[in-house]
Amino acid sequence: MEADLIDKLMRLAALRLESEERHLLQDNLRKIVHLIDTMQSADTDGVEPLDHPLDGVQPLRPDNVTEVVDRDRFQSSAPEVRDGLYLVPRVVE
Amino acid sequence: MTVGPFATIAEIRAALASKATSATEVAREHLDRIARSDLNCFVTVCEDAALAAAREADALISREGQSGLLGVPVAHKDVFCTAAVRTTCASRMLADFVPPYDATVVTKLRDSGAIMLGKTNMDEFAMGSSNENSYFGPVSNPWNPLRVPGGSSGGSAAAVAAGLVPAATATDTGGSIRQPAAFCGISGLKPTYGRVSRYGMVAFASSLDQGGPMARSAADLRLLLQHMEGHDPLDSTSADVEPTPSAADGEASRIGIPGEYWCGLDPRLAGALDDAAAVIEQIGHRRVDISLPHSGYATAAYYVVASAEASTNLSRYDGVRFGHRAQMPADLDDLYARSRTEGFGAEVKRRILTGTYALSIGYYDAYYRKAQRLRRLIRQDFLDAFNDVDLILAPATPSTAFEKGALSAPDDTKDPTAMYEQDVYTVPASLAGLPALSIPCGITGGLPVGMQLIAPHFGEDRLLALAEAFQRETDWHQRTPRP
Repeated sequence: MEADLIDKLMRLAALRLESEERHLLQDNLRKIVHLIDTMQSADTDGVEPLDHPLDGVQPLRPDNVTEVVDRDRFQSSAPEVRDGLYLVPRVVE
Repeated sequence: MTVGPFATIAEIRAALASKATSATEVAREHLDRIARSDLNCFVTVCEDAALAAAREADALISREGQSGLLGVPVAHKDVFCTAAVRTTCASRMLADFVPPYDATVVTKLRDSGAIMLGKTNMDEFAMGSSNENSYFGPVSNPWNPLRVPGGSSGGSAAAVAAGLVPAATATDTGGSIRQPAAFCGISGLKPTYGRVSRYGMVAFASSLDQGGPMARSAADLRLLLQHMEGHDPLDSTSADVEPTPSAADGEASRIGIPGEYWCGLDPRLAGALDDAAAVIEQIGHRRVDISLPHSGYATAAYYVVASAEASTNLSRYDGVRFGHRAQMPADLDDLYARSRTEGFGAEVKRRILTGTYALSIGYYDAYYRKAQRLRRLIRQDFLDAFNDVDLILAPATPSTAFEKGALSAPDDTKDPTAMYEQDVYTVPASLAGLPALSIPCGITGGLPVGMQLIAPHFGEDRLLALAEAFQRETDWHQRTPRP
Protein backbone atom coordinates (compact mmCIF):
# COMPACT_ATOMS: atom_id res chain seq x y z
CA MET A 1 0.00 0.00 0.00
CA GLU A 2 2.25 2.80 -1.25
CA ALA A 3 1.44 6.49 -0.89
CA ASP A 4 0.74 6.97 -4.60
CA LEU A 5 -1.73 4.06 -4.59
CA ILE A 6 -3.56 5.69 -1.66
CA ASP A 7 -3.68 8.93 -3.67
CA LYS A 8 -5.13 7.11 -6.65
CA LEU A 9 -7.77 5.29 -4.57
CA MET A 10 -8.85 8.50 -2.83
CA ARG A 11 -9.16 10.23 -6.19
CA LEU A 12 -11.26 7.36 -7.60
CA ALA A 13 -13.47 7.28 -4.49
CA ALA A 14 -13.75 11.10 -4.24
CA LEU A 15 -12.41 11.17 -0.70
CA ARG A 16 -9.76 13.46 0.75
CA LEU A 17 -7.84 12.65 3.92
CA GLU A 18 -5.03 14.68 5.40
CA SER A 19 -1.91 13.94 7.47
CA GLU A 20 -2.71 11.94 10.64
CA GLU A 21 -6.01 10.52 9.38
CA ARG A 22 -4.37 9.52 6.14
CA HIS A 23 -1.49 7.85 7.94
CA LEU A 24 -3.89 5.76 10.05
CA LEU A 25 -5.91 4.89 6.99
CA GLN A 26 -2.84 3.70 5.12
CA ASP A 27 -1.88 1.51 8.07
CA ASN A 28 -5.42 0.09 8.39
CA LEU A 29 -5.76 -0.57 4.67
CA ARG A 30 -2.49 -2.50 4.82
CA LYS A 31 -4.00 -4.74 7.52
CA ILE A 32 -7.21 -5.20 5.52
CA VAL A 33 -5.25 -6.16 2.40
CA HIS A 34 -3.29 -8.63 4.54
CA LEU A 35 -6.62 -10.21 5.60
CA ILE A 36 -8.09 -10.39 2.11
CA ASP A 37 -4.82 -11.75 0.71
CA THR A 38 -5.51 -14.98 2.62
CA MET A 39 -7.79 -15.77 -0.35
CA GLN A 40 -4.78 -16.21 -2.57
CA SER A 41 -3.91 -19.62 -1.10
CA ALA A 42 -7.24 -21.10 -2.30
CA ASP A 43 -7.25 -23.08 -5.53
CA THR A 44 -9.98 -21.52 -7.68
CA ASP A 45 -8.70 -22.61 -11.10
CA GLY A 46 -11.58 -23.29 -13.45
CA VAL A 47 -14.21 -22.00 -10.99
CA GLU A 48 -16.75 -19.58 -12.48
CA PRO A 49 -17.21 -16.36 -10.49
CA LEU A 50 -20.58 -16.16 -8.69
CA ASP A 51 -22.39 -12.82 -9.09
CA HIS A 52 -25.74 -13.65 -7.55
CA PRO A 53 -26.25 -16.17 -4.74
CA LEU A 54 -29.30 -17.70 -6.43
CA ASP A 55 -28.04 -17.34 -10.01
CA GLY A 56 -30.76 -14.75 -10.57
CA VAL A 57 -31.06 -12.82 -13.77
CA GLN A 58 -32.71 -9.48 -14.34
CA PRO A 59 -36.39 -10.15 -15.06
CA LEU A 60 -38.20 -8.28 -17.83
CA ARG A 61 -41.35 -6.33 -17.11
CA PRO A 62 -43.93 -4.70 -19.36
CA ASP A 63 -42.74 -1.36 -20.70
CA ASN A 64 -45.40 0.65 -18.88
CA VAL A 65 -45.12 3.93 -17.05
CA THR A 66 -45.60 3.15 -13.34
CA GLU A 67 -44.02 6.17 -11.66
CA VAL A 68 -44.93 9.79 -11.98
CA VAL A 69 -42.36 12.56 -11.79
CA ASP A 70 -42.96 14.64 -8.70
CA ARG A 71 -39.99 16.94 -8.81
CA ASP A 72 -40.89 19.05 -5.81
CA ARG A 73 -41.22 15.99 -3.61
CA PHE A 74 -38.02 14.35 -4.85
CA GLN A 75 -36.06 17.59 -4.53
CA SER A 76 -37.37 18.30 -1.04
CA SER A 77 -34.35 16.49 0.44
CA ALA A 78 -31.77 18.10 -1.89
CA PRO A 79 -29.33 20.45 -0.17
CA GLU A 80 -29.56 23.25 -2.76
CA VAL A 81 -32.09 23.65 -5.57
CA ARG A 82 -33.45 26.64 -7.47
CA ASP A 83 -36.26 26.69 -10.04
CA GLY A 84 -36.37 22.89 -9.99
CA LEU A 85 -32.66 22.56 -10.73
CA TYR A 86 -29.91 21.10 -8.54
CA LEU A 87 -27.19 23.65 -7.84
CA VAL A 88 -23.49 22.81 -8.20
CA PRO A 89 -20.41 25.05 -8.33
CA ARG A 90 -19.85 26.70 -11.72
CA VAL A 91 -18.33 24.14 -14.11
CA VAL A 92 -18.16 26.23 -17.32
CA GLU A 93 -16.79 29.77 -17.11
CA MET B 1 -53.71 -3.18 31.77
CA THR B 2 -50.02 -3.21 30.93
CA VAL B 3 -48.56 -6.14 29.04
CA GLY B 4 -45.11 -5.72 30.62
CA PRO B 5 -41.72 -5.28 28.99
CA PHE B 6 -41.20 -8.84 27.85
CA ALA B 7 -44.54 -9.76 26.29
CA THR B 8 -44.28 -11.60 22.99
CA ILE B 9 -46.27 -10.59 19.93
CA ALA B 10 -48.46 -13.63 20.53
CA GLU B 11 -49.22 -12.41 24.06
CA ILE B 12 -49.88 -8.83 22.93
CA ARG B 13 -52.25 -10.08 20.20
CA ALA B 14 -54.14 -12.17 22.74
CA ALA B 15 -54.42 -9.23 25.15
CA LEU B 16 -55.70 -6.98 22.37
CA ALA B 17 -58.12 -9.63 21.07
CA SER B 18 -59.62 -10.16 24.54
CA LYS B 19 -59.83 -6.38 25.08
CA ALA B 20 -57.72 -6.80 28.23
CA THR B 21 -55.74 -3.84 26.91
CA SER B 22 -55.79 -1.42 23.98
CA ALA B 23 -53.30 -0.67 21.23
CA THR B 24 -53.00 2.83 22.67
CA GLU B 25 -52.12 1.49 26.12
CA VAL B 26 -49.61 -0.94 24.63
CA ALA B 27 -47.99 1.80 22.54
CA ARG B 28 -47.95 4.22 25.51
CA GLU B 29 -46.34 1.65 27.77
CA HIS B 30 -43.57 0.88 25.27
CA LEU B 31 -42.99 4.58 24.49
CA ASP B 32 -42.61 5.25 28.22
CA ARG B 33 -39.96 2.55 28.48
CA ILE B 34 -38.17 3.98 25.45
CA ALA B 35 -38.17 7.43 27.09
CA ARG B 36 -36.70 6.00 30.30
CA SER B 37 -34.06 3.88 28.59
CA ASP B 38 -30.45 5.10 28.46
CA LEU B 39 -29.23 2.38 26.04
CA ASN B 40 -29.35 4.75 23.01
CA CYS B 41 -31.34 2.21 20.96
CA PHE B 42 -33.28 4.83 19.00
CA VAL B 43 -32.21 7.54 16.57
CA THR B 44 -35.78 8.84 16.17
CA VAL B 45 -38.90 8.17 18.26
CA CYS B 46 -42.27 8.81 16.56
CA GLU B 47 -44.45 9.28 19.61
CA ASP B 48 -47.29 11.36 18.13
CA ALA B 49 -47.59 9.33 14.92
CA ALA B 50 -47.44 6.07 16.91
CA LEU B 51 -50.22 7.13 19.28
CA ALA B 52 -52.37 8.31 16.36
CA ALA B 53 -51.86 4.97 14.60
CA ALA B 54 -52.65 3.15 17.83
CA ARG B 55 -55.96 5.02 18.17
CA GLU B 56 -56.85 4.00 14.62
CA ALA B 57 -55.92 0.42 15.45
CA ASP B 58 -58.18 0.51 18.50
CA ALA B 59 -61.09 1.72 16.39
CA LEU B 60 -60.48 -1.13 13.94
CA ILE B 61 -60.11 -3.72 16.71
CA SER B 62 -63.42 -2.63 18.28
CA ARG B 63 -65.16 -2.97 14.89
CA GLU B 64 -63.51 -6.07 13.46
CA GLY B 65 -61.38 -7.63 16.21
CA GLN B 66 -57.62 -8.11 16.28
CA SER B 67 -55.92 -9.70 13.27
CA GLY B 68 -52.43 -9.82 11.79
CA LEU B 69 -50.16 -7.40 13.58
CA LEU B 70 -52.93 -4.90 14.29
CA GLY B 71 -51.92 -2.84 17.31
CA VAL B 72 -48.49 -4.50 17.74
CA PRO B 73 -45.63 -2.02 18.29
CA VAL B 74 -42.49 -2.40 16.15
CA ALA B 75 -39.34 -0.42 15.48
CA HIS B 76 -37.56 -0.11 12.15
CA LYS B 77 -33.81 -0.15 11.74
CA ASP B 78 -32.87 3.29 10.48
CA VAL B 79 -31.79 1.79 7.16
CA PHE B 80 -35.41 1.40 5.98
CA CYS B 81 -36.78 4.48 4.24
CA THR B 82 -39.79 6.02 5.95
CA ALA B 83 -41.68 8.80 4.20
CA ALA B 84 -41.82 11.91 6.38
CA VAL B 85 -39.57 10.38 9.06
CA ARG B 86 -35.83 10.99 8.71
CA THR B 87 -33.79 7.96 7.69
CA THR B 88 -30.19 8.43 8.72
CA CYS B 89 -28.39 5.09 8.38
CA ALA B 90 -26.65 6.41 11.52
CA SER B 91 -24.50 8.57 9.24
CA ARG B 92 -23.75 12.27 9.24
CA MET B 93 -24.26 11.92 5.47
CA LEU B 94 -28.00 11.27 5.95
CA ALA B 95 -28.52 12.95 9.34
CA ASP B 96 -31.28 15.19 7.91
CA PHE B 97 -32.50 12.97 5.06
CA VAL B 98 -36.28 12.59 4.86
CA PRO B 99 -37.10 10.02 2.14
CA PRO B 100 -39.90 10.74 -0.33
CA TYR B 101 -41.22 7.17 -0.04
CA ASP B 102 -41.56 4.14 2.27
CA ALA B 103 -39.56 0.93 1.99
CA THR B 104 -41.72 -2.03 0.97
CA VAL B 105 -41.08 -3.67 4.37
CA VAL B 106 -42.35 -0.53 6.11
CA THR B 107 -45.47 -0.42 3.90
CA LYS B 108 -46.21 -4.12 4.42
CA LEU B 109 -45.88 -3.99 8.19
CA ARG B 110 -48.03 -0.86 8.36
CA ASP B 111 -50.65 -2.51 6.15
CA SER B 112 -50.71 -5.47 8.52
CA GLY B 113 -51.50 -3.09 11.38
CA ALA B 114 -48.11 -2.85 13.09
CA ILE B 115 -47.41 0.47 14.81
CA MET B 116 -44.00 2.04 14.22
CA LEU B 117 -42.63 3.52 17.44
CA GLY B 118 -39.39 4.78 15.90
CA LYS B 119 -36.15 4.15 14.04
CA THR B 120 -33.32 2.24 15.65
CA ASN B 121 -29.62 2.99 15.94
CA MET B 122 -27.12 0.96 13.93
CA ASP B 123 -23.57 0.92 12.64
CA GLU B 124 -23.18 3.59 9.96
CA PHE B 125 -24.52 2.25 6.64
CA ALA B 126 -24.77 -1.18 8.36
CA MET B 127 -20.98 -1.49 8.40
CA GLY B 128 -19.85 -2.86 11.74
CA SER B 129 -20.29 -5.58 14.33
CA SER B 130 -20.57 -3.55 17.55
CA ASN B 131 -22.81 -0.52 16.90
CA GLU B 132 -19.85 1.67 17.84
CA ASN B 133 -19.72 3.13 14.30
CA SER B 134 -22.81 5.29 14.72
CA TYR B 135 -22.89 9.06 14.17
CA PHE B 136 -25.51 9.06 16.96
CA GLY B 137 -23.27 7.27 19.47
CA PRO B 138 -22.89 3.66 20.54
CA VAL B 139 -25.72 1.44 21.82
CA SER B 140 -25.33 -0.38 25.14
CA ASN B 141 -26.08 -4.06 25.64
CA PRO B 142 -29.01 -4.38 28.08
CA TRP B 143 -27.33 -7.39 29.73
CA ASN B 144 -24.30 -5.26 30.59
CA PRO B 145 -24.14 -1.62 29.50
CA LEU B 146 -20.33 -1.73 29.35
CA ARG B 147 -20.62 -4.24 26.51
CA VAL B 148 -21.65 -3.84 22.89
CA PRO B 149 -25.01 -5.11 21.58
CA GLY B 150 -23.37 -6.34 18.37
CA GLY B 151 -24.04 -4.87 14.98
CA SER B 152 -24.93 -3.61 12.66
CA SER B 153 -28.54 -3.98 13.88
CA GLY B 154 -27.50 -3.22 17.47
CA GLY B 155 -30.29 -0.74 18.21
CA SER B 156 -33.01 -3.16 17.07
CA ALA B 157 -31.50 -6.06 19.04
CA ALA B 158 -30.97 -4.09 22.24
CA ALA B 159 -34.46 -2.55 22.01
CA VAL B 160 -36.09 -5.99 21.80
CA ALA B 161 -33.85 -7.42 24.54
CA ALA B 162 -34.57 -4.49 26.88
CA GLY B 163 -38.34 -4.73 26.42
CA LEU B 164 -38.65 -1.42 24.55
CA VAL B 165 -40.40 -3.13 21.61
CA PRO B 166 -41.58 -6.71 21.13
CA ALA B 167 -40.15 -6.81 17.61
CA ALA B 168 -37.99 -4.84 15.23
CA THR B 169 -36.86 -4.96 11.64
CA ALA B 170 -33.19 -5.39 10.88
CA THR B 171 -30.89 -6.16 7.98
CA ASP B 172 -28.14 -8.72 7.55
CA THR B 173 -25.35 -8.40 5.00
CA GLY B 174 -22.70 -10.53 6.73
CA GLY B 175 -24.33 -11.29 10.08
CA SER B 176 -25.95 -8.02 11.13
CA ILE B 177 -29.17 -9.73 12.31
CA ARG B 178 -27.72 -12.96 13.73
CA GLN B 179 -24.72 -11.56 15.63
CA PRO B 180 -26.60 -8.82 17.57
CA ALA B 181 -29.48 -11.26 18.21
CA ALA B 182 -26.93 -13.63 19.76
CA PHE B 183 -25.23 -10.88 21.81
CA CYS B 184 -28.57 -9.61 23.15
CA GLY B 185 -30.24 -12.98 23.81
CA ILE B 186 -33.11 -12.63 21.33
CA SER B 187 -34.27 -14.42 18.17
CA GLY B 188 -33.30 -13.04 14.75
CA LEU B 189 -33.87 -14.35 11.23
CA LYS B 190 -31.99 -13.55 8.05
CA PRO B 191 -34.25 -14.88 5.30
CA THR B 192 -33.09 -16.30 1.97
CA TYR B 193 -31.63 -13.60 -0.28
CA GLY B 194 -34.61 -12.17 -2.17
CA ARG B 195 -37.44 -13.36 0.12
CA VAL B 196 -37.90 -9.92 1.68
CA SER B 197 -37.91 -6.89 -0.63
CA ARG B 198 -34.88 -4.60 -0.62
CA TYR B 199 -36.89 -1.70 -2.07
CA GLY B 200 -36.31 1.32 0.12
CA MET B 201 -33.59 -0.38 2.16
CA VAL B 202 -30.54 1.87 1.87
CA ALA B 203 -28.07 -0.23 -0.13
CA PHE B 204 -24.77 -1.46 1.32
CA ALA B 205 -23.87 -4.63 -0.64
CA SER B 206 -26.70 -5.44 -3.00
CA SER B 207 -25.92 -9.13 -3.64
CA LEU B 208 -25.84 -9.79 0.12
CA ASP B 209 -28.25 -7.36 1.84
CA GLN B 210 -31.38 -8.97 3.24
CA GLY B 211 -33.99 -7.59 5.63
CA GLY B 212 -35.51 -9.71 8.34
CA PRO B 213 -37.19 -9.71 11.76
CA MET B 214 -35.95 -9.69 15.36
CA ALA B 215 -38.24 -10.79 18.19
CA ARG B 216 -38.48 -12.70 21.46
CA SER B 217 -39.40 -16.07 19.99
CA ALA B 218 -39.14 -18.11 16.79
CA ALA B 219 -42.95 -18.21 16.63
CA ASP B 220 -42.97 -14.40 16.52
CA LEU B 221 -40.27 -14.47 13.80
CA ARG B 222 -42.53 -16.67 11.69
CA LEU B 223 -45.46 -14.28 12.07
CA LEU B 224 -43.30 -11.25 11.25
CA LEU B 225 -41.77 -12.97 8.22
CA GLN B 226 -45.24 -13.70 6.86
CA HIS B 227 -45.99 -9.98 7.00
CA MET B 228 -42.63 -8.87 5.53
CA GLU B 229 -42.00 -11.38 2.72
CA GLY B 230 -43.35 -11.59 -0.78
CA HIS B 231 -42.48 -10.80 -4.36
CA ASP B 232 -42.03 -7.10 -5.03
CA PRO B 233 -42.00 -5.80 -8.59
CA LEU B 234 -40.11 -2.76 -7.29
CA ASP B 235 -37.08 -4.94 -6.41
CA SER B 236 -35.67 -6.79 -9.42
CA THR B 237 -33.88 -9.28 -7.13
CA SER B 238 -37.07 -10.11 -5.22
CA ALA B 239 -37.94 -13.82 -5.33
CA ASP B 240 -41.38 -15.04 -6.37
CA VAL B 241 -41.89 -18.04 -4.07
CA GLU B 242 -44.59 -19.66 -1.96
CA PRO B 243 -45.30 -17.81 1.28
CA THR B 244 -44.15 -19.24 4.60
CA PRO B 245 -46.91 -21.48 6.07
CA SER B 246 -48.36 -20.67 9.47
CA ALA B 247 -47.87 -24.08 11.04
CA ALA B 248 -44.84 -26.26 10.61
CA ASP B 249 -44.78 -29.99 10.10
CA GLY B 250 -43.01 -31.89 12.83
CA GLU B 251 -40.91 -34.28 10.78
CA ALA B 252 -37.51 -35.42 12.02
CA SER B 253 -34.55 -33.57 10.55
CA ARG B 254 -30.93 -34.48 10.00
CA ILE B 255 -28.88 -31.72 11.63
CA GLY B 256 -25.40 -31.12 10.23
CA ILE B 257 -22.59 -30.11 12.58
CA PRO B 258 -19.75 -28.50 10.57
CA GLY B 259 -16.42 -29.46 12.16
CA GLU B 260 -14.68 -26.34 10.83
CA TYR B 261 -16.92 -24.10 12.97
CA TRP B 262 -15.81 -25.75 16.22
CA CYS B 263 -12.05 -25.23 15.66
CA GLY B 264 -10.86 -22.63 18.15
CA LEU B 265 -14.37 -21.85 19.43
CA ASP B 266 -14.52 -20.55 23.02
CA PRO B 267 -15.12 -23.74 25.08
CA ARG B 268 -17.94 -22.09 27.06
CA LEU B 269 -19.83 -21.39 23.84
CA ALA B 270 -19.01 -24.86 22.52
CA GLY B 271 -20.46 -26.31 25.73
CA ALA B 272 -23.71 -24.37 25.34
CA LEU B 273 -24.02 -25.45 21.71
CA ASP B 274 -23.32 -29.09 22.57
CA ASP B 275 -26.07 -28.94 25.20
CA ALA B 276 -28.43 -27.40 22.63
CA ALA B 277 -27.58 -30.13 20.11
CA ALA B 278 -28.37 -32.73 22.77
CA VAL B 279 -31.82 -31.17 23.31
CA ILE B 280 -32.41 -31.28 19.57
CA GLU B 281 -31.46 -34.97 19.51
CA GLN B 282 -33.83 -35.67 22.42
CA ILE B 283 -36.76 -34.30 20.44
CA GLY B 284 -36.14 -36.77 17.65
CA HIS B 285 -33.65 -35.17 15.27
CA ARG B 286 -30.39 -36.78 14.22
CA ARG B 287 -26.89 -35.25 14.38
CA VAL B 288 -24.64 -35.71 11.36
CA ASP B 289 -21.03 -34.54 11.23
CA ILE B 290 -20.39 -32.54 8.06
CA SER B 291 -17.59 -30.51 6.51
CA LEU B 292 -17.72 -27.05 4.89
CA PRO B 293 -14.13 -27.04 3.67
CA HIS B 294 -13.90 -23.50 2.25
CA SER B 295 -15.25 -21.79 5.41
CA GLY B 296 -11.81 -20.44 6.29
CA TYR B 297 -11.83 -18.21 3.20
CA ALA B 298 -15.29 -16.75 3.80
CA THR B 299 -14.28 -13.67 5.83
CA ALA B 300 -11.73 -12.56 3.23
CA ALA B 301 -14.07 -13.21 0.29
CA TYR B 302 -16.91 -11.45 2.08
CA TYR B 303 -14.92 -8.30 2.80
CA VAL B 304 -13.90 -8.06 -0.85
CA VAL B 305 -17.38 -8.61 -2.30
CA ALA B 306 -19.18 -6.46 0.28
CA SER B 307 -16.67 -3.60 0.08
CA ALA B 308 -16.66 -3.65 -3.73
CA GLU B 309 -20.44 -3.39 -3.82
CA ALA B 310 -20.39 -0.73 -1.09
CA SER B 311 -17.90 1.42 -3.00
CA THR B 312 -20.27 1.33 -5.98
CA ASN B 313 -23.49 1.87 -4.00
CA LEU B 314 -22.10 4.71 -1.92
CA SER B 315 -20.90 6.62 -5.00
CA ARG B 316 -24.43 8.10 -5.09
CA TYR B 317 -23.60 10.38 -2.13
CA ASP B 318 -22.32 13.43 -3.96
CA GLY B 319 -23.60 16.37 -1.93
CA VAL B 320 -25.91 17.36 -4.80
CA ARG B 321 -29.15 15.36 -4.83
CA PHE B 322 -29.52 14.48 -1.13
CA GLY B 323 -27.40 14.05 1.94
CA HIS B 324 -24.62 16.13 3.48
CA ARG B 325 -23.19 18.97 1.39
CA ALA B 326 -19.87 20.70 2.15
CA GLN B 327 -20.06 24.46 2.57
CA MET B 328 -18.37 26.91 0.17
CA PRO B 329 -16.98 24.39 -2.32
CA ALA B 330 -14.16 25.68 -4.53
CA ASP B 331 -15.31 23.61 -7.50
CA LEU B 332 -17.29 20.48 -8.35
CA ASP B 333 -14.54 18.02 -7.37
CA ASP B 334 -14.12 19.85 -4.09
CA LEU B 335 -17.87 19.60 -3.49
CA TYR B 336 -17.85 15.84 -4.07
CA ALA B 337 -14.69 15.09 -2.09
CA ARG B 338 -15.41 17.31 0.90
CA SER B 339 -19.10 16.33 1.13
CA ARG B 340 -18.08 12.66 1.19
CA THR B 341 -15.08 13.11 3.48
CA GLU B 342 -17.15 15.10 5.99
CA GLY B 343 -20.25 12.93 5.66
CA PHE B 344 -18.79 9.43 6.02
CA GLY B 345 -17.24 7.96 9.17
CA ALA B 346 -13.89 6.16 9.29
CA GLU B 347 -15.17 2.60 8.79
CA VAL B 348 -17.30 3.59 5.80
CA LYS B 349 -14.28 5.29 4.21
CA ARG B 350 -12.16 2.18 4.79
CA ARG B 351 -14.75 -0.04 3.11
CA ILE B 352 -15.16 2.33 0.16
CA LEU B 353 -11.39 2.42 -0.34
CA THR B 354 -11.05 -1.36 0.09
CA GLY B 355 -13.75 -1.83 -2.53
CA THR B 356 -12.21 0.74 -4.84
CA TYR B 357 -8.90 -1.13 -4.54
CA ALA B 358 -10.51 -4.53 -5.24
CA LEU B 359 -12.28 -3.17 -8.32
CA SER B 360 -9.43 -1.10 -9.76
CA ILE B 361 -7.42 -1.97 -12.85
CA GLY B 362 -4.65 -4.41 -12.03
CA TYR B 363 -6.34 -5.74 -8.88
CA TYR B 364 -9.80 -6.72 -10.18
CA ASP B 365 -8.91 -10.34 -11.07
CA ALA B 366 -6.72 -10.90 -8.03
CA TYR B 367 -9.35 -9.64 -5.58
CA TYR B 368 -12.89 -9.17 -6.85
CA ARG B 369 -13.02 -12.08 -9.30
CA LYS B 370 -11.05 -14.29 -6.90
CA ALA B 371 -13.59 -13.53 -4.15
CA GLN B 372 -16.49 -14.35 -6.49
CA ARG B 373 -14.87 -17.68 -7.38
CA LEU B 374 -14.51 -18.46 -3.68
CA ARG B 375 -18.11 -17.43 -3.21
CA ARG B 376 -19.14 -20.21 -5.61
CA LEU B 377 -17.00 -22.77 -3.75
CA ILE B 378 -18.45 -21.68 -0.39
CA ARG B 379 -22.00 -21.96 -1.75
CA GLN B 380 -21.17 -25.38 -3.24
CA ASP B 381 -19.95 -26.58 0.18
CA PHE B 382 -23.43 -25.86 1.54
CA LEU B 383 -25.26 -27.38 -1.43
CA ASP B 384 -23.17 -30.56 -1.06
CA ALA B 385 -23.86 -30.67 2.68
CA PHE B 386 -27.60 -30.28 2.10
CA ASN B 387 -27.54 -33.54 0.11
CA ASP B 388 -26.98 -35.28 3.45
CA VAL B 389 -28.62 -33.01 6.02
CA ASP B 390 -31.77 -30.86 6.29
CA LEU B 391 -30.38 -28.08 8.48
CA ILE B 392 -27.00 -27.00 9.85
CA LEU B 393 -26.28 -26.09 13.49
CA ALA B 394 -23.39 -23.70 14.13
CA PRO B 395 -22.19 -21.02 16.51
CA ALA B 396 -23.44 -17.51 15.72
CA THR B 397 -20.42 -15.69 17.18
CA PRO B 398 -16.89 -16.54 18.36
CA SER B 399 -17.57 -15.04 21.83
CA THR B 400 -20.31 -13.49 23.91
CA ALA B 401 -20.76 -9.69 23.74
CA PHE B 402 -17.38 -8.02 24.07
CA GLU B 403 -16.62 -4.80 25.95
CA LYS B 404 -17.07 -1.44 24.31
CA GLY B 405 -13.70 -0.26 23.06
CA ALA B 406 -12.22 -3.77 23.00
CA LEU B 407 -12.08 -3.90 19.19
CA SER B 408 -12.44 -0.27 18.19
CA ALA B 409 -11.16 3.09 19.37
CA PRO B 410 -12.58 6.59 18.84
CA ASP B 411 -9.19 7.69 17.48
CA ASP B 412 -9.28 4.77 15.04
CA THR B 413 -6.02 3.22 16.23
CA LYS B 414 -7.28 -0.37 16.56
CA ASP B 415 -6.81 -3.03 13.87
CA PRO B 416 -10.13 -3.08 11.93
CA THR B 417 -9.67 -6.71 10.90
CA ALA B 418 -10.14 -7.89 14.51
CA MET B 419 -13.73 -6.63 14.21
CA TYR B 420 -14.12 -8.29 10.80
CA GLU B 421 -13.15 -11.65 12.36
CA GLN B 422 -16.28 -11.40 14.53
CA ASP B 423 -18.32 -12.32 11.44
CA VAL B 424 -16.48 -15.59 10.82
CA TYR B 425 -19.52 -17.84 11.50
CA THR B 426 -22.16 -15.67 9.82
CA VAL B 427 -20.59 -14.60 6.51
CA PRO B 428 -20.55 -18.06 4.86
CA ALA B 429 -24.38 -18.34 4.81
CA SER B 430 -24.56 -14.71 3.62
CA LEU B 431 -22.26 -15.40 0.67
CA ALA B 432 -24.39 -18.46 -0.19
CA GLY B 433 -27.66 -16.48 0.12
CA LEU B 434 -29.04 -19.01 2.62
CA PRO B 435 -31.64 -18.39 5.32
CA ALA B 436 -30.19 -18.54 8.83
CA LEU B 437 -31.31 -17.56 12.29
CA SER B 438 -29.87 -17.11 15.74
CA ILE B 439 -31.75 -18.09 18.90
CA PRO B 440 -30.57 -18.06 22.52
CA CYS B 441 -29.17 -21.39 23.74
CA GLY B 442 -27.34 -20.57 26.95
CA ILE B 443 -25.86 -17.97 29.26
CA THR B 444 -22.22 -17.79 30.24
CA GLY B 445 -20.57 -15.12 32.35
CA GLY B 446 -23.97 -13.42 32.65
CA LEU B 447 -24.22 -12.99 28.86
CA PRO B 448 -26.37 -14.81 26.31
CA VAL B 449 -25.03 -17.37 23.83
CA GLY B 450 -26.60 -17.67 20.38
CA MET B 451 -27.11 -20.80 18.30
CA GLN B 452 -27.15 -20.38 14.54
CA LEU B 453 -29.31 -22.64 12.37
CA ILE B 454 -28.89 -22.57 8.58
CA ALA B 455 -31.30 -24.01 5.98
CA PRO B 456 -31.29 -24.57 2.21
CA HIS B 457 -32.55 -21.70 0.03
CA PHE B 458 -36.19 -20.90 0.88
CA GLY B 459 -36.15 -23.43 3.73
CA GLU B 460 -37.45 -20.92 6.30
CA ASP B 461 -40.41 -23.11 7.26
CA ARG B 462 -38.27 -26.00 8.45
CA LEU B 463 -35.67 -23.64 9.94
CA LEU B 464 -38.30 -21.90 12.04
CA ALA B 465 -39.97 -25.22 12.92
CA LEU B 466 -36.78 -26.48 14.54
CA ALA B 467 -36.28 -23.18 16.38
CA GLU B 468 -39.89 -23.27 17.61
CA ALA B 469 -39.48 -26.89 18.76
CA PHE B 470 -36.24 -25.98 20.59
CA GLN B 471 -37.99 -23.08 22.32
CA ARG B 472 -40.81 -25.38 23.48
CA GLU B 473 -38.16 -27.50 25.24
CA THR B 474 -35.99 -24.72 26.68
CA ASP B 475 -36.50 -21.33 28.29
CA TRP B 476 -33.31 -19.53 27.16
CA HIS B 477 -35.41 -17.21 24.96
CA GLN B 478 -37.45 -16.20 28.01
CA ARG B 479 -34.42 -15.12 30.05
CA THR B 480 -34.18 -11.36 30.28
CA PRO B 481 -31.57 -8.88 31.45
CA ARG B 482 -32.01 -7.38 34.90
CA PRO B 483 -34.02 -4.15 34.67
